Amino acid sequence: MRRIINYAPRPGVRLILALLPFIAVLAIYILASNARLAVEPADKLMPSFASFWTTMVRMATTVDKATSQYLLWWDTWLSLQRLFLGLGISALLGLVLGIIVGFVPYLRATFEPFFAAFSLIPPLAVLPILFILFGLGEASKIVLIVFGIAPFIIRDVMLRVSAIPAEQIIKAQTLGASTWQMIAGVVLPQVMPRLIDSVRLSLGAAWLFVIAAEAITSEGGLGYRIFLVRRYLAMDVILPYVIWITLLAFLMDYALRRLAVAAYPWDQIKAA
Amino acid sequence: MTTIRFENVWKEYDERVVLEQVNLSLADHEFLVIIGPSGVGKTTLLRMLLSQEQPSRGRILLDGEPIATEPTADRGVVFQRYSVFPHRTVLGNVMMGPQWAGAPFLGRFFGARRRALEERAMALLTRVGLGEHAHKYPAQLSGGMQQRLALAQALIMRPKVLLLDEPFGALDPGTRKSMHELVGELWEENRMTIVMVTHDLPEAFLLGTRVIAVDRRRNDPQAPERFGATIVSDFEAKCRSVRESRAFEAERERVRLALLAGTSPAEDAPAVPAFETALVKD
Repeated sequence: MRRIINYAPRPGVRLILALLPFIAVLAIYILASNARLAVEPADKLMPSFASFWTTMVRMATTVDKATSQYLLWWDTWLSLQRLFLGLGISALLGLVLGIIVGFVPYLRATFEPFFAAFSLIPPLAVLPILFILFGLGEASKIVLIVFGIAPFIIRDVMLRVSAIPAEQIIKAQTLGASTWQMIAGVVLPQVMPRLIDSVRLSLGAAWLFVIAAEAITSEGGLGYRIFLVRRYLAMDVILPYVIWITLLAFLMDYALRRLAVAAYPWDQIKAA
Repeated sequence: MTTIRFENVWKEYDERVVLEQVNLSLADHEFLVIIGPSGVGKTTLLRMLLSQEQPSRGRILLDGEPIATEPTADRGVVFQRYSVFPHRTVLGNVMMGPQWAGAPFLGRFFGARRRALEERAMALLTRVGLGEHAHKYPAQLSGGMQQRLALAQALIMRPKVLLLDEPFGALDPGTRKSMHELVGELWEENRMTIVMVTHDLPEAFLLGTRVIAVDRRRNDPQAPERFGATIVSDFEAKCRSVRESRAFEAERERVRLALLAGTSPAEDAPAVPAFETALVKD
């Protein structure tokens, strides 16, 4: 009998094992749902997959009377717009501030403790301030996302900048590079793969802030819809929406991962 | 012509004296090797020459002028590790220096300028034996190949002094031997000054024309940080007059053979790329 850590599954077995938890959750849901529906056919808590399907088809293909929009696509569009704007601004801020502050010792000494303190402010706690300052429109939602994830990205980029071996920076100087040339030619390209990783790690937090902001005030959006239909216990809307958000998040993560592989092949070689 | 002078150089960190009273005068085209026990300040000496650190007292002169207070292109360097850029190909690494010098904003050449530089870089890479690896990334090279790349990258800038900080420390013995040959040849061909730090004595005397040992002359057991290290021995490992007469003999032999063969000696490329021919050599 070997130690348990020395048993590794074969690739085929690994795939089956990976699928098992998903199948188990599905099976448990179907069993429980069927049991409840058998007692009370109009049960709202655990609707059948058939009612998920009809609800989603209705939301995706019929125009809503109140908003005159296809609700699913309209909500998705609004949420993704907020998410991408927030993430994009955060990534840009993180890249510019992280590199400049991380690379120039005087700026680092000035701003590193400030960023460290700033990143500890709970973003949701300042959400009321954002609503007061920026109104209830789009601006406050995007600022909330930036507020929530930009400090993390800035600090991550700064760490990556300081992890570049000092030898490389000295070498660049002996090759005659100016500060700008070192930023553009040595630091930026080596930080980019890390920035993509950082954005991937921030995806979950970004979705959290989008949904939180939408839940409080909005005219549309995936989070808004979920919180709206909660009043009617409309699990046939909420559960598919949650799965849809998860799928979107997964696709974004996957796309970013592929982008890193395609754009920075040297980073993959180094890791391997 | 490149001369280096250390004038009463000290290095102190707060109370701790690392180096004291370092005086050294180095003539042109020398291969200086600094040896000494670990942690005694060999590398500190090299770092001061590189301006990575500043002397607390005294000054360092390069060609009679005090060196810049930050690393500049007149002093090239190869460290034990991490002296190539992982995000550029081998060819890209070699081309970085000249592109920085010639394109302040973009750091990139285009068109004819780029092709000319590529040709120069390829010639240099072929010289150090990396010709067929030009389009790989440094992470795909072995340790020895990475050091060859670091050498080529430094040499394309034609520095006055090349500083080597234990450049072969992480290499296996076979690779180390071939690197010794390469560095020796490059030193001859480019007729430059090399300063190398090592803790390997045979290596020091194999490569160096001058070997200095750095150690503590005095030691206070109650306060070991009180006294710093200095140059305790200075060997002329390869006598300059012998070196020059050998080169001269080789040159004379070449001319004699050329005359015997009935051709003009000037038409041939010089077998010994020393003297003035080497100075104008690209």
